[in-house]
Amino acid sequence: MVSTAAKKNLSQNEQRAMSDEVRIGVYVCHCGSNIAGTIDVVALTAYAKSLPGVEVAREYKYLCSDVGKELIREDVKSHRLTRVVVASCSPLLHEETFRRVVAEAGLNPFCFQMVNIREHASWVHVHEKDKALAKAKDLVRAAVLRVAAHEPLVKKRIPVNPDVLVVGGGIAGIQAALTLANAGKHVYLVERDPSIGGHMAKFDKTFPTLDCAACILMPKMGAVGAHPNITLWSYSEVAQVDGYVGNYKVTVKRKPRYVIEDLCIGCLQCIDKCIYKDMRFPNEFDLGLGKRKPVYVPFPQAVPMKVVIDPETCIRLKTGKCKETCVEACGPKAIAFDQKEEFKEIEVGTIIIATGFKTFDPTKVAYYGYKRYPNVVTGLEVERLLNAAGPTGGELVLKDGRKPKSVGIIHCVGSRDKRYNAYCSRVCCMYSLKLAHLMKEKVDADVYNFYIDLRAFGKGYEEFYSRVLQEGVHLIRGNVGEVTDVALTPDEEGRLIIRVEDTLVGVVRRIPVDLVILAVGLEAQADAQEVRRMFNITCSQEGFFMERHPKLAPVSTFTDGVFLAGCCQGPKDIPDAVAQAGAAASEALALIDQGEIEVEANFAYVDEDLCSGCKACISLCPYTAITFDEEKKRAVINEVLCKGCGVCVAACPSSAIGQHLFEDAQILGEITGLFTNGAKAEE
Amino acid sequence: MRIFEELGLKLTELDDWNCCGATLCAGVSKISSFALTARNLALAEKNYAGKDIVAPCSACYLAFIKTKDYMQRYPDVKQKVDTALAAIDLQCQGKARVRHPLEVIVTDVGLEEIEARVKKRLTGFKVAPYYGCQTTRPYAEFDHPFFPDSMDKLLRVLGAEVIDYPLKTKCCGGAITSMVEEVGLRLNYILVHEAHKRGANAISTSCPLCQFNLDVYQKKTIKEYDLDFSIPILYFTQLLGLALGIGAKELGFGRVMVPVKPLLATVE
Amino acid sequence: MEIQSHVRYEATLDKDFARWATSIPGGEKIRQCTQCGVCSGACPLSVYMDYTPRKIVVMTREGFKDDVLSSHTIWLCASCYACTVECPIGINLAEFMYALKARAIKEKRYPKKFPTPIYAQEFMEMVAGRGRGTESLLAIKSEFRRRSPIRLLKRAPLGFRLMRKGRMKIGLGPECVKDRKEIAKMLDALGEVTHERKGVRLLSWMRRKKHSKAL
Repeated sequence: MVSTAAKKNLSQNEQRAMSDEVRIGVYVCHCGSNIAGTIDVVALTAYAKSLPGVEVAREYKYLCSDVGKELIREDVKSHRLTRVVVASCSPLLHEETFRRVVAEAGLNPFCFQMVNIREHASWVHVHEKDKALAKAKDLVRAAVLRVAAHEPLVKKRIPVNPDVLVVGGGIAGIQAALTLANAGKHVYLVERDPSIGGHMAKFDKTFPTLDCAACILMPKMGAVGAHPNITLWSYSEVAQVDGYVGNYKVTVKRKPRYVIEDLCIGCLQCIDKCIYKDMRFPNEFDLGLGKRKPVYVPFPQAVPMKVVIDPETCIRLKTGKCKETCVEACGPKAIAFDQKEEFKEIEVGTIIIATGFKTFDPTKVAYYGYKRYPNVVTGLEVERLLNAAGPTGGELVLKDGRKPKSVGIIHCVGSRDKRYNAYCSRVCCMYSLKLAHLMKEKVDADVYNFYIDLRAFGKGYEEFYSRVLQEGVHLIRGNVGEVTDVALTPDEEGRLIIRVEDTLVGVVRRIPVDLVILAVGLEAQADAQEVRRMFNITCSQEGFFMERHPKLAPVSTFTDGVFLAGCCQGPKDIPDAVAQAGAAASEALALIDQGEIEVEANFAYVDEDLCSGCKACISLCPYTAITFDEEKKRAVINEVLCKGCGVCVAACPSSAIGQHLFEDAQILGEITGLFTNGAKAEE
Repeated sequence: MRIFEELGLKLTELDDWNCCGATLCAGVSKISSFALTARNLALAEKNYAGKDIVAPCSACYLAFIKTKDYMQRYPDVKQKVDTALAAIDLQCQGKARVRHPLEVIVTDVGLEEIEARVKKRLTGFKVAPYYGCQTTRPYAEFDHPFFPDSMDKLLRVLGAEVIDYPLKTKCCGGAITSMVEEVGLRLNYILVHEAHKRGANAISTSCPLCQFNLDVYQKKTIKEYDLDFSIPILYFTQLLGLALGIGAKELGFGRVMVPVKPLLATVE
Repeated sequence: MEIQSHVRYEATLDKDFARWATSIPGGEKIRQCTQCGVCSGACPLSVYMDYTPRKIVVMTREGFKDDVLSSHTIWLCASCYACTVECPIGINLAEFMYALKARAIKEKRYPKKFPTPIYAQEFMEMVAGRGRGTESLLAIKSEFRRRSPIRLLKRAPLGFRLMRKGRMKIGLGPECVKDRKEIAKMLDALGEVTHERKGVRLLSWMRRKKHSKAL
């Protein structure tokens, strides 16, 4: 059942293949000693020659070599073969290779079947040579009977929309967007918060160079804001994703700022004139440590520099009654209290997800005293305290205003721990050393770092560790048993005591400090499951989005056209996030610049004549590839979304659905071959 | 028992109970301690079917839960214990529910009900709640392993002031206190000293061994560490009973080693 | 000061002991211990121990059998489970300590004069013999076994005070379940040698005395 359109593209060879003339060539590979060491390849080849329809049967040491490939090509031409079977290693490795060889010889690449006699017979039955040979014979026979029923197929090509959607405006999202925009592609950058910048914008200094985070980030943020190829939608979220690779239709929800973005010039007069004279609401950017008014910008270098009004705290929005001094103060008349959320529909070809991470909440670790003692803080909170634009203006002070004379930094909080997150969060050792250095620099405090293993793997990291050691920071190897305020000696009074075994010296120590910093680990965002469902990707066990292959495909996902960048895929430092963002952008570019994508040929199709319109298949499809044509009252399968899983084929009560490369005749041929020991396939 | 009666909960002593071996026997032969505990479980299932077991002794409480857990998780433990019980015609199916008196009071009776029955509010009592370790770790069945608050809530409802006591589950030394006295006294000191420092005039315990250690050894602790105070150590049902209007003698205040009369006097 | 070599040759370590440790309930994960030390940091008794709990774990899995079984550490453990709850690997260290205690008693390697192993054995014998323990008797028998009746005299005032307050029973013999033999039968079926019959107690005391003289 091949469409007439497809028939037209067939070569002479292929047309011959479509006739009932079945002339099969079987090639058995030795694969060095991988196969030949266990299976008698000569006997297997001789057996293959005896099978119905087999014109030629050969064995060769390495079929994937140039000589081997040429052998096959020659045979196809000289013996006028119409089908080819290769019995060698896994299709995952060489199916494409041999399909290409067959195509080069003029035959349709799908008139080919590969049999894995290495993993399925040789390697698993190394000590049972006779049985391995018998099994290999069965497998080859099955392939021969199957391939006889193969038909030529054509891979469809679909166009790729050159626009890209980048979800998340942290450093990874920013880098990906800039790379793509500079390559001339149009990028939609959607960010949930009112400004881009992500976590990096919150940091004070970055390791190991001690660059000011804002100083190196702001130029990139500015470039994003000004780039003609980037449409920046901040304070927005992706609401729905439909479509498939090359042709995604995305709905973006733009949350109401109550300020018309195009008119706001960022003069901040409205904030100044707000009826609240002082800042009194917790500022999200400062993690609640700082205060803001209901009308605010998240931080002084926000991009876009547009004001936001918080509907929870703004009196006008909560009660409807207010002097509206902000409206009065606004020259461009940008404030609009009646603004509603807006849904924008966009079409893109590829999507890069760069939604970042959240930090571990150490309240769970009760014996560290977070939220019980005011002077126990997380690493991220300290970044805000140290930052000159932060709530204390960069002054490192305790809750009561004093400067700390001694600081304890506890590593691995929430990480490397089977009770919370078993993995290592990768960056905490380095950021803890960085904080130790900054503590010494800012307040010349006595600093103690409590670690289990020090991970200083990157460029310049070990040297930084050495520097911190030289500065006199106490590096104590021991997982802290408790942080307590129960004093046992006079100098412990009024301080926080860290009780830990100094495993290097081999004694239990009690160390009084003024400030305890918990180096909290990185986790997937709280809505990771919702987001992954929306984009049809998967999450790994730790909760981060899953890459296609941890070593060889770290930025692709199992959904074509959706890529990952940054910490949403796993904890990493800034250099790695930027590198990964560049990689994701280049993968997207590779797709876009091809202009077209080839779709796999093994998709399912509906025979309209047989379909009764019962809709049984539609809800079963895991890839939502089947829709119902209301006019024709028939099911329609989207060839691009279809992954060829076969569920609908099996479920259709009218047997109206077939699947290319898995037609009934082909499957039955394979089954017959496996069991009947040589009898011809019955119809 | 008087308290439970008062609150309308029926308690029956398990007939012919045997010692579970507590923490000491587990250090000699773990499987024996499982078997000994299982005998109690089996007797309860056989003679008091359907009833919950209430274990005021914290070591027994933990031993019960541990035995049930190990018999479920480790087949060879189950097999050995089953064989041992079969030798005396008993069977342990792990069906009996094991509960702590504190949990029973707070859950089955409820704080509101108790508040309604309070006849004499414990005003003037500044209590440090001390839970000990066996009932909160490692199986945190009914409260937090380091900072539980069921007893705190109960005491507040009785009208007492509950002080913020971070050592509420810090080990008192358990069996070690009587055997290795220097260590026991030191742990004792840390607990009572901190309670006193934070303004407590009584410590309420939910473990009889903690009560014993902190109470009976307090005289020695005071001498060893030159302390100028003493602090009565009470079992929580004693305080509960007091609030319910039951007499001091009936509540066993006379059996507490550290004199309780001064406390009761300041409060009257 | 006497100069001594502290080197430990591989041949002196006991790999069977290490293997045994990983095969018992509670010991399955000690190979995964990263030696972080939170157990020692959380343990209220660790400051009194000769080897901290963390050291016991690594010494056990490396095969330092003698050091571990004859340490004071395991006998100072109060099984408060702080270590177990805080361990990031999920090692049930308190249970593991119990297993080491039992092994130390089985092989008679515990520090002979230390009170805890003595009390533990006496208590076990009491419970195995009668199904219940009697505190007063426990103290008396243990101190005698430790060969320190003077300590017993030192504890006497406490004992009397307890008796006066009605917290300790005197006279009328030790506590017992209805049928002592039942307990013995049950424990016999386990195949563990943990108790001795009443009749042979004197005999066994004499045997023990002889045994310790021979050591």
